[in-house]
Amino acid sequence: MALSTMIPTMMLAATLMVLVSMANAETIKVSKNGRFTSVRQAVSSSQRGDVVLVEPGVFIESNIVIKHPLELRGRKGAVIDGNNTPGTLISVESDSVLISDLELRNVAVSYVDDNAAIKIINSKHCEVLRCRILNGFFAIYLSNSEHCRVADNILKADKDFEMNSGNGIHCWTSKDVYVSGNIIEGHRDGIYFEFMNRGTVVGNTIRNNIRYGLHFMFSDSCSYNKNRFIHNGAGVAVMFTHYVQMMDNTFANNWGPTSYGLLLKEISDSHLSGNVFDRNSIAIHAEGAARILLEHNVFRNNGYALRLLGNCVETTVRDNTFEGNSFDVTTNSVNSQNTFINNYWSSYVGYDLNKDGIGDVPFHPVRLYSLLVEQVPSSVILMHTPFVNILDLAERVLPTVTPETLVDSKPRMSVPKQ
Amino acid sequence: MRLLKYVLRDISRGRWVLLYFLFFFAVTEGLLFFTAGEAKTIVGLMNVVFLLIPLASIMFGTLHLHNSRDFIELILTQPVRRSTVFCALYLGVAIPFVCSFLLGVGIPAFIHAAAFSPAIVTLLTTGAALTFVFTSIAFYLGIVINDKAAGMGLAFILWLFFTVIYDGVLLVITVMFQDYPMEQPTIAMVILNPIDLARIAVMLTVDYAALMGYTGAVVQKFFGSGFGVMLSAMSLLLWIAIPFGVGLRSFNNKDW
Repeated sequence: MALSTMIPTMMLAATLMVLVSMANAETIKVSKNGRFTSVRQAVSSSQRGDVVLVEPGVFIESNIVIKHPLELRGRKGAVIDGNNTPGTLISVESDSVLISDLELRNVAVSYVDDNAAIKIINSKHCEVLRCRILNGFFAIYLSNSEHCRVADNILKADKDFEMNSGNGIHCWTSKDVYVSGNIIEGHRDGIYFEFMNRGTVVGNTIRNNIRYGLHFMFSDSCSYNKNRFIHNGAGVAVMFTHYVQMMDNTFANNWGPTSYGLLLKEISDSHLSGNVFDRNSIAIHAEGAARILLEHNVFRNNGYALRLLGNCVETTVRDNTFEGNSFDVTTNSVNSQNTFINNYWSSYVGYDLNKDGIGDVPFHPVRLYSLLVEQVPSSVILMHTPFVNILDLAERVLPTVTPETLVDSKPRMSVPKQ
Repeated sequence: MRLLKYVLRDISRGRWVLLYFLFFFAVTEGLLFFTAGEAKTIVGLMNVVFLLIPLASIMFGTLHLHNSRDFIELILTQPVRRSTVFCALYLGVAIPFVCSFLLGVGIPAFIHAAAFSPAIVTLLTTGAALTFVFTSIAFYLGIVINDKAAGMGLAFILWLFFTVIYDGVLLVITVMFQDYPMEQPTIAMVILNPIDLARIAVMLTVDYAALMGYTGAVVQKFFGSGFGVMLSAMSLLLWIAIPFGVGLRSFNNKDW
């Protein structure tokens, strides 16, 4: 048989097998006065492909281990309460497990074990949907898993310190994980990726977490679109990663002496577009970033909009809007190996004689004073003094010290259309 | 007391005080009208206020003392104590200016419901304190220097020193000693200049400390502590009291 005819036949066979197994699937109900009064009992006596349906009520239990493909679903009002007993609430150790519509709460804090509300280990094709997790130490924890989906969950915790709190969604050495539509609050890091490949993070709201909203390292080829990172302790920090795509995200209100909108450390070949940075003490801090394209982003009312250290190379900054920031661009080096073009700068005072929308005078976004502050930090105490304003004015009229090459040769006269 | 009332009436009727009031009113109203009263508005307002108050107080104070020379000489022939005359003159100048500043900034702020934000309150308090400080200095100058032109010139130079030159020197010092931890010395230098002190106080209320990194943290910690607040208040009071005291002594001993 030719290969081309073999594939459809095999697919048909596979579909048939699935149908057959589904025909045998049973729905096992867990309720306060039914045959099964605990989820653990129900799960351990279920067969491959069964559905375990949790009826409304609070079930105080933990250490539920799922070892075969299964659907674990809750009716409205179904709660599994860990009651802070040591261990993970639900461990998934099998492929193709679907957990949905459950409320899970009170996972024990441990300084030794990464206890979680849902822990998926060495598994493929698992999904966690529409769950509500309150005070999960780690809420959803994936390790060495592939092709998993975590969507539309609400994860809330109320711990105060980094030491006794865990991450909202924690992925370790995994591939192709899809995280969408979740609301994550009050955890240590909202989303934490390490050694993740091809992760997709879309449309999540991540706010008021103790440390970072999003934190990833060594996680190549991931994309982060349409998320909102608001008022997280230290903003978003991403490190040591190639091929990152970040589009249409909002980074807002990450304000504090050690807080960033977005910290890029050793990030390369990445694309940031359409993001909005509003009221962050430092909107983007880039250190050792290479070949990054920053376009169509909006930087508004930040302390420092873009802090590009001297070890950033071949970064292109174009068609962005810089509006009302205390410092638009700062750097610690007099040489810049990055390109600025076609941005809108609210502090630009040049003119446009031929009315083509592009200012005729190049714009130097680095102020003399900001360069001074980078080199002599304690001179920051003179911020907003008449003396410094005079100094900046003099430098703007006759640039001598600020980086010659860090210049927008074609600044826009008005805000670019998004 | 009657003397104070007289001087007050004299100054309040003058058009300078009215102009002063109208100016602050226009600037504050303008800034608050076009913006939402966020940090940047406050900083803009602060720049205007801390530039103008010292200038107006020191120039007008010196000028006034010279212009009322005849009046002073006349009063001193009467059986009143010299220190009473001096106090009346001082308060007679300072109070109308403080009031027109407070109203000029306070009324628009009140209209835009920003009057009770900590930033505006700090701005009003430090602004009032600066008026007293620079009126004190002005009175000292006005008494010690007999020549009107020289007095005015010196007053202007002093204003320039406190607003611009001092910060320049501070910057040069921080750059020169950048290899050393300069936070404590810079804080000390800031405390010594009433204008810098007022500026930092306002900046801390609008969250700018977060932009100032490590130095900001040190500054915030210092000025947030009871000791820091006490030291700042002490510095401002001394800046009022010392020129006032010295001026009073010269006034008492002066042979008109």
